[in-house]
Amino acid sequence: MVLALAATALVALALLSDLIIPRVEELWSRFRAGRQRTPTWSYDPGRERRAEQRARTLLRSCVNDEEWGMYRDLGFLRVWGTLADGPDDVGGTGGAPYAYLIYPHRPIVAYLAQTHRLLNEYCVTFPDETRPYGSSRLPDSDDVLAKWMALTGDERRLISTANMHLPGRQLDPAQVRRDLWRLSQWERARMRQLADNGQTPPPAGDRKSAA
Amino acid sequence: MKPGHGEVLIAEGDIERAEDEQRLVEEFRRQLDAGLWAAVPLADPEGRRESIMVRSFDEIPWDADRVIFFPRAAGGR
Repeated sequence: MVLALAATALVALALLSDLIIPRVEELWSRFRAGRQRTPTWSYDPGRERRAEQRARTLLRSCVNDEEWGMYRDLGFLRVWGTLADGPDDVGGTGGAPYAYLIYPHRPIVAYLAQTHRLLNEYCVTFPDETRPYGSSRLPDSDDVLAKWMALTGDERRLISTANMHLPGRQLDPAQVRRDLWRLSQWERARMRQLADNGQTPPPAGDRKSAA
Repeated sequence: MKPGHGEVLIAEGDIERAEDEQRLVEEFRRQLDAGLWAAVPLADPEGRRESIMVRSFDEIPWDADRVIFFPRAAGGR
């Protein structure tokens, strides 16, 4: 009986040796090198998506219904400029109303509200210097919210921080003008919808003129 | 806001409780010392939304319900 069990164990050990020996060798070499097992970061494919979902929720809680709808439907936000002579110290707008289009991870575009003349592109990033690993990019909606907060909170500071370029350096001017046309169509549709529902349009401060 | 994470709750508390206020002040300073910008989103009764950038704890409106920290802006390419 004992002999039979010993023979079976010997056969099983011989069959498993291909699996066991490499592991024993690895453990032995680690032991000899005095190293510890290094932690490995497993890639989580859903992390970026969850981050973007949280970012969209945060953005929605900060901007008003019109701005949220604009971003949801068109993919960008419009922020009205407040500097008396426009964003650019050199050119100036002569007091004409102007606004910015905020795209995620693209330059901010300044334009004259009534003529749709493009003024400048402002390239700005929000790099995280403290990151231990991974991407230094904010989720798309966080990037938009950061630009929105910086523009509405301290427009001059953000514009002076950004690298200014003439229109067309990164964003195709034809595409931007098309976005402005889409925005005007979107606003008309929204006004009609509000009127049909018997609601009043947003306050005048948010609507300096049609986009 | 953190890259790859989105919104992360850093600290919360009741400003009218001394120990909470002290903790919030310390966390606020720690975030600014780490190079982050701080903004407070505001809404007026007419529905307009904007934010104010704050550089010290005293600048936070007393009725603000949150402060959002985000990486400092830099010129991009």
